[in-house]
Amino acid sequence: MATTALTPAATTYRTGLYEWLTTTDHKKIGIMYLVNSFTFFLIGGLLALAVRAELAQPGIQFFKEETYNQLFTMHASLMLFLFIIPILAGFGNYVVPLMIGAPDMAFPRINALSFWMLPLAGILMSSGFLVTGGTAAAGWTSYSPLAQEKYSGMGTDLWILAVTLVGTSSILGAVNFLVTIFKMRAPGMTMFRLPILVWTVLVTSVLVLMATPVLTSGLIMLFIDRNYGGHFFDPATGGNAILWQNVFWFYSHPAVYIMILPAMGIISEVLPVFSRKPLFGYKAFIFATSGIGALGFSVWAHHMFTTGSVYLPFFSLMTFLIAVPTGVKMFNWIATLWRGQLTFSTPLIYALGFLSMFLIGGINGAFSASVPVDFALHDTYWVVAHIHYVLFGGSVFGVFAGIYYWFPKMFGRRLNETLGKVQFVIMFIGFNLTFFPMHVLGISGMPRRIADYSSTAGWNDLNLAATIGSFLIAVSVLPFLWNVFITLRSGEPAGDDPWQANTLEWATSSPPPPYNFDHLPEIRSERPLFDQRHATPAGTGH
Amino acid sequence: MTSRTTALTTAAHEAGEARGGISNPILGMLLFITSEIMFFAGLFAAYFNVRAAAPAWPPLEFQDKLHILPLVGPATVLLISSSFTVQLGVWAIRRGDRTGLNRAIAVTLVLGVTFLVMQAMDYLILYSEGVRLDAGTFGTTYYTLTGFHGAHVLGGVIMLGVILYRGMAGQFSARHHDAVEATSLYWHFVDVVWVALFSTLYLLPGR
Repeated sequence: MATTALTPAATTYRTGLYEWLTTTDHKKIGIMYLVNSFTFFLIGGLLALAVRAELAQPGIQFFKEETYNQLFTMHASLMLFLFIIPILAGFGNYVVPLMIGAPDMAFPRINALSFWMLPLAGILMSSGFLVTGGTAAAGWTSYSPLAQEKYSGMGTDLWILAVTLVGTSSILGAVNFLVTIFKMRAPGMTMFRLPILVWTVLVTSVLVLMATPVLTSGLIMLFIDRNYGGHFFDPATGGNAILWQNVFWFYSHPAVYIMILPAMGIISEVLPVFSRKPLFGYKAFIFATSGIGALGFSVWAHHMFTTGSVYLPFFSLMTFLIAVPTGVKMFNWIATLWRGQLTFSTPLIYALGFLSMFLIGGINGAFSASVPVDFALHDTYWVVAHIHYVLFGGSVFGVFAGIYYWFPKMFGRRLNETLGKVQFVIMFIGFNLTFFPMHVLGISGMPRRIADYSSTAGWNDLNLAATIGSFLIAVSVLPFLWNVFITLRSGEPAGDDPWQANTLEWATSSPPPPYNFDHLPEIRSERPLFDQRHATPAGTGH
Repeated sequence: MTSRTTALTTAAHEAGEARGGISNPILGMLLFITSEIMFFAGLFAAYFNVRAAAPAWPPLEFQDKLHILPLVGPATVLLISSSFTVQLGVWAIRRGDRTGLNRAIAVTLVLGVTFLVMQAMDYLILYSEGVRLDAGTFGTTYYTLTGFHGAHVLGGVIMLGVILYRGMAGQFSARHHDAVEATSLYWHFVDVVWVALFSTLYLLPGR
């Protein structure tokens, strides 16, 4: 009797390097996003240590000024383009299809393409260290004329190519997320039952889709100016240097929300679970998120107040307006915690870190929205303090909340709580020791992006404190790496739902199988797992 | 299992066809086109920025350099026509007419390539007359805007080539032709950008 043997090759889940290199599974791609981004976080962190070492005391100790310029430029560029943006996309990749009950992203192969552009971009950008003249050194903002051929070497061209690649990766990722969220939701998962993280990824993707291509056009103009004798940004021949700033910030201000909204989504998942309450004001939160996204396109010129070529009242007003939806969110979070049954596990502690630090970052941001204040504080260490309170105190603490929260789902084991708390304490102290003094330095006039400062300006002690703090932050990463290492080897098994959580990713096994679900709980609210746990037995009615 | 679970029909779900509506590839293409619109918006913004700042536009040395005839006008007519031919192809495959699809796509492909050839010839003429990429903001903006449009036409031509190849292999039917729909959307987009570009560069009065 002749039978045809069916090869089950298509359904087996191969392991090993080949599988990882060729995978289109959103979960593996998500983990690769996280690992790749975290690697660049470590590299960017080492560059920051170099910067802080130079600034520990006045005078030039370790690096020449040219090298110093490369260090802070690469620190910012790697942290923004290759750590914060992609690591949040990595969480989105891993969690969004699970949260909406989908088997994968809408376009799995495009998803793999989006990921693989990132290591390539990181290598391209970093390869500037090997070429004559070194890496890009005009700051992550690459203003003209500083970033033009006359003042910047080949490193800047590599930087332009790398950022274009990251942008393309983001755009393809945004298309993928949007189609996934609009088209791949499980039956019953309506738009107003989506987990908040999915909403923040949705708004972020719209921002990426509308803002990133504008940066790409600017990068191309800069490339043409530098390499083919173009005149876009050259005032001497009819171009306009401010044009670059407009195009750059038209992307880079929405990009700030690209870097923070998914982190807000992460803590909006964590806070309800560890307060044992639903998120307070679910719809208000969604409208606030959408409001931030919409307003985000009308505030870019607040980075350009001092250029004298923007309409100050409009951009100042719009910037203040952003504080309104952001304030709504603060109240959402606080009211969620209020009278909750709090469990102080590591994810909640990081989420609380986010709340307190982001609050400071929001307030000192609103400060700078005031035009006269901004005129005094522009390009001082105040700005450095602001961006780090938002992006480190906000996004990075959110990222760690997410890592501790979803690690059990990703690897089936829970990270060690004690080590997690040790890490948090060191990082929290180090963070504030580094960046709080920068407020004072900024108000007393210390400019950013300088390798040296006067020993009589009264900035010595605060700079030393900031440097000590930065090394504390570096130390705090060690318990984390050790924690990941020992947990992967012999961590406590997590089970499917270690946190008694609300959303669908906890309805499948840890780690989830290929294509995620055999069965889904009925979806009747934004907390299907809560409903399932507290369901009345079938047949007895409600 | 409890009664409070819902079985998934994974295959239909995965194909995104569970609940009808717009298909995944077409929605994806529309979103991608959105990002492309923003890309060209950046270039147009740069153009109008330097144009507004210039004492005269076109600058004196480039007055009377851009001519609608003999090349650009006819090329424009060809490109606009190609939007109609690609749409004929879409209508054909919606009826299940594979031959009609292949014919229409082949004609569109030829029109697209002809447009690119005519643009290249126009570049050669302009270049010989001193309108170059490094010749002031006029040359820089002209070549950047038209060049990136041309690159997008080239991308569209490649997509049309893939559609033609797949069409000749009989891969499309009245039910399954998302790639055709998506490519035609992209081609229409490229066409619309050219209309905006042509109007801006050739029809908008100088000052």
